[in-house]
Order: sequence, then C-alpha cells, then structure tokens
Amino acid sequence: MTTLPTRSGLAELSAQGRLGLAWHALPWVLAFVVFYMAEGYLSLWTNALIMILLTLSLDLALGYAGIVTLGQAAFFGFGAYAAGLFAIHVHNDPLIGLVTATALSGLFGFVTGILILHTQGVTLLMLTLAVAGLLAEWANRAYEITGGDDGLQGVRMGPVLGLFRFDLYGKTAYLYSLAVLFVWFVVVWRIIVSPFGRSLDGIRQNPARMRAIGTPVWWRLVAIYTISAAMAGTAGALSAQTTRFVGLTTLSVLVSGTALVMLMLGGTRRIYGAFLGATVYVIVQDYAAKVNPFYWMFFIGALLMATVLFLEGGLMDLGATVRKYWRRAPVKKP
Amino acid sequence: MTATPALSVSGLSKNFGALAVAQSIDLDLVPGARMGLIGPNGAGKTTFVNLLTGMLRPDAGSISLGGEPIDRLKPEDRVRRGLARTHQINTLLNETSVCENVAIAIAERDRIAWRTLRFGPQWRACLDEAQDRLRQIGIAEVADRRVSELPYGQQRLLEIAIALALKPRVLLLDEPAAGVPSAESHVIHDVLEQLPADIAILIIEHDMDVVFRFAREITVLVQGRILTRGEPAVIAANPEVRAVYLGRSVV
Ligand SMILES: Nc1ncnc2c1ncn2[C@@H]1O[C@H](COP(=O)(O)OP(=O)(O)OP(=O)(O)O)[C@@H](O)[C@H]1O
Ligand SMILES: [Mg+2]
Repeated sequence: MTTLPTRSGLAELSAQGRLGLAWHALPWVLAFVVFYMAEGYLSLWTNALIMILLTLSLDLALGYAGIVTLGQAAFFGFGAYAAGLFAIHVHNDPLIGLVTATALSGLFGFVTGILILHTQGVTLLMLTLAVAGLLAEWANRAYEITGGDDGLQGVRMGPVLGLFRFDLYGKTAYLYSLAVLFVWFVVVWRIIVSPFGRSLDGIRQNPARMRAIGTPVWWRLVAIYTISAAMAGTAGALSAQTTRFVGLTTLSVLVSGTALVMLMLGGTRRIYGAFLGATVYVIVQDYAAKVNPFYWMFFIGALLMATVLFLEGGLMDLGATVRKYWRRAPVKKP
Repeated sequence: MTATPALSVSGLSKNFGALAVAQSIDLDLVPGARMGLIGPNGAGKTTFVNLLTGMLRPDAGSISLGGEPIDRLKPEDRVRRGLARTHQINTLLNETSVCENVAIAIAERDRIAWRTLRFGPQWRACLDEAQDRLRQIGIAEVADRRVSELPYGQQRLLEIAIALALKPRVLLLDEPAAGVPSAESHVIHDVLEQLPADIAILIIEHDMDVVFRFAREITVLVQGRILTRGEPAVIAANPEVRAVYLGRSVV
C-alpha cells in the first residue's frame, strides 16, 4: 500500500524492480557475454570489473552519504599492498588474502573516518586527500617493505579455492573478480534499501533534520566510510592478485579522480551507475587510445562534459532524458 | 502538588561574542504544560531552543529532563530521552517522500534505523504508522509526494508530524505557523489544539491571538532575559509587555 518516494534514488531502484528481473540480470549476462567474446582482452575487462567495484564504493560514501572524498585511492592502494604483502609473507591463498586485505582496509577507513568525519565540505576533501598523500609518501619511503618506486614484485598467487589456477589468458582472474564484485553488489543493494541506507540518504540531504530525530550522524558516517573503505580495499586487493604487481600508482590521487569521473559518467545513487560509468570509461579509453594515443583524455573529458551538461543523473538518465525531449519536441512546433 | 518537572532549566546563559542572547534563564515545564514563549525579533527565543536541544553549548546553567540532567548529552541522545522540536525554518528531507520523512523518524525512535538485515516487517510497520500520523494531521493525500513539491503550509504540518512521531515528553515548537499565509494558518492552529495532552509543550509564536488561546502560561523574553511570566490575562495587562510589543496587538 504505502509506496516509496516518487523520484529519489531509492525509488528509482524500486521502479526498476517492478520492471522485473530482466534489467537486473542484464549487467551479469553481459559480463558473461564479455567473457566468451573478449578473448585476449580479458585483462582489460578484469580491470573494468575492479574499477566498477571501486566506483561502487565511492557511490556509497559520496553518492549516498554525501561524504566529499577524493581519498578512495588510499584504501585502494592500502588493499593492494595488504594483499600483495600477505601473499608474499604469509599465505598465497587468494581468498584468505582478499578477506584480510578487505578487513584491514576497513579498519584503516574506520580509524581515519573517526579522525576526519566531524569536518565537512572542503576541509573534509582536503583531509581525505591528505590521508591518501601521507600513505603514498610512506609507501614511497618504505622501500624495504613496499619496494618503493619499483613496486611490490614477486607476488605469487595460489589457486582460487585451491582449485582454479590463475591462467595465462586471465579467465580465472576475470571470473574471480566478477564473483567478488557480485558479492559486494548484493551487500550494497541491501544497504541502500535498508533503514540504515535511508538514514544515510537523509544525512546527505539534511544533517540538521537527522539530528533532530535523534540520528547519531557521526557514527553513521563512520560506519558507511568503513564499509566503503573495505570495499575499495577489496578492489585494490583484486588488482594486486590479478596483476601480481602493486605499484605506487595504486595510491595516486588519479585513482580517486578516475573513480569520481566514472561515477559522474554513470550517475550517482543508482547502483548501476558505477557499472555503466566504469564500463563506458574503459571502452572509450581503449578505443580512443588506439585512434590517438595522446588525446584519449580529451575524449573522456568531452564525454564527461556532455554527460554532466545534458544528463542530470549521468548516463543512467539517458533513456529518461531522450524520452522527455521526444515527447516535448512536437509541442514546440508553432 | 509538585510533580517532577518534565523539563527544568536553571541559570542558562549564552553569549555570542559581546551579545548576550541568554542571560541566566530559569524555566520549568510540568508534564502536560502549555507554555508560550514570546518576545521581539532577536530576543533569543530560537537560541534558547537550540541550547535546550544541545545544538548550541551554553556558557553556564543546567538543563534536566524528567529530573535527570542532560547537559552532557549529545543532541541525538536528548532526542532519544524524549525532547523533540520543530524548526522555525523548514528542516526536512526535500528529495524524500512525505511518508518516508515520518517513517525515518519512527525507525530512529524504535532504534531500527541502523539495520541492514531483517528489517522488512519493521520498516513496513514504520511506513504504516507514518501513514496513520499523516492522516491524523490531515496530509495523508500527499504521503507519496516529494517534500519539495508540497506547499509551504503542508511542509509546516510535516515538521509537526515528524516531531510527534518521536513520541516526545517535551515538545518545543518554534513558530509553527511562520511563513504561512494568515488565511491558511488556522489549519496549523487547529492541529496545535489536538496535540496529546500529556506532552509538555513550549511554543514560540508571534501571533498573539494564537498564544493567548493556546498557552496556559506565558514567558516573555527580551534581549535574552526573562522580563516576566504569568497567566495570559496577567501578561496581556502588563504595561511593560505592552511597551515591548508597542505597535503589535496584545489582545
Ligand atoms: N550562531 C549565531 N552567531 C551569532 N549570533 C547569532 C547566532 N544565532 C543567532 N544570533 C543572534 O542572536 C540573537 C538572537 O537570535 P534568535 O534567532 O535566537 O532570535 P529569536 O528570538 O528567535 O528571533 P525571531 O523572532 O526573529 O525568530 C539575534 O541577534 C541573532 O542575530
Ligand atoms: Mg526565532
């Protein structure tokens, strides 16, 4: 009887829900199509899956909870180094390494979140950048541990579940990443439709309102920041395990920026926005780099500008926007 | 008969730089009280509410709720102990539906708002209760609309519905009809008449007719200081109050 709001991000989701399972199955079906079609390209698509995961983690913090952050790289890199070091020094089982890296990244997010989440806006943005910057600087200096500029070499991974070896064609890496992405996707889904997710949506819109109904705003933000950090850590760990290398670039602010561009492209607070944005980005980047290796950033930039200017909610809004103009067009005629 | 006051304030003081906005304010609300707080613009009425809710820290003084001191509690913990407020300027979730605005408050009241698992039945109960509360306050027909699509008057009613949904012991109403055209403000005043009798209510209101009808006791605040306090008839007859409100209609 009672229905969800008319057009908020959450309603969008439930409206799609009524369209049936077909839409929700689509991304995963496409993922398998890619698996069978993209022979020789699988490492590119594995990277796309990892970037989707990272973008989704940003959507939780920035999109839903409104935490202005450019610090996702800190957790991505942290997760990558954690997974790499774990494989080298402790155990080469991918899943144990992945879970450990995820948990440690979450802990790192929790501690930094407690320190910085009482601030807002530009101050918060600067602090998230500072955390990423400090970590990058540390990784650069701690040559004995991280390999500094040369990166972390010699990561050897055991087979997934003791059964599936990482093969030369990247098939295992792709399916492994896809499975991990799916697990996180389900978690994110649960969060955003839950009362917890709704309270985050409220905090983003109006913290004063949430305080007036008794919401412990700061704790809720710390909680989602921790989850988001853990998720970004998983993405980093996947990157380390599937490429068997961790470099300083995993900690660079460029990683945060790329995730932000992907999120803006696809659309915030739409769960599939991360999927669409990251995929389009990777395709355009790959294609444009072939056409002209020096100007691929130009294509991405132009695409982003067009999206932000014409599509309020990113590419996820493309269908709705086209329909709107389609309907309006005949009326304009004199 | 001396019941424990629902809310008790003593010696509350606050300065904004050189400006004293609260000067040693004492105030008691018995359970079921209907207290009017009046005073000219800038007297410090909203600041007083913010001090009570913990949004502002006082320089001195103490506050207790139902006999227990709450000075050290954070705003959210004060709400959880039964202190609710409405805002002079609408403070709502504009992109969210009217019904969910209330449901989120109920979820918070029932301590299920942090849940991510097995919340289905409870959340549905929250939505149902929200729907009932909207019906009681007369805006059930816009339950599924976004708040930003609502006329201002209905948004004012929603402010009240949300505060009531918290089942408070003490309710602070900061100019509930502010910004509503006078032709429509009677709707809000009717709602005020119907508020549960056991809640202790402090109402800030510029419309003297409304305050004098609603309140059983009135406190007059001028420049952060309590000028006088008493029954409506006594206040209306007070020459000092008349002087402060010169040009306004004091009954
Ligand atoms: N955060 C603040 N910092 C500095 N001064 C403030 C602050 N908030 C309010 N003031 C000042 O304190 C005084 C009291 O403001 P307050 O809003 O409490 O008045 P009020 O009695 O609610 O007035 P009104 O009837 O207009 O709502 C005003 O002079 C106001 O400018
Ligand atoms: Mg005021």
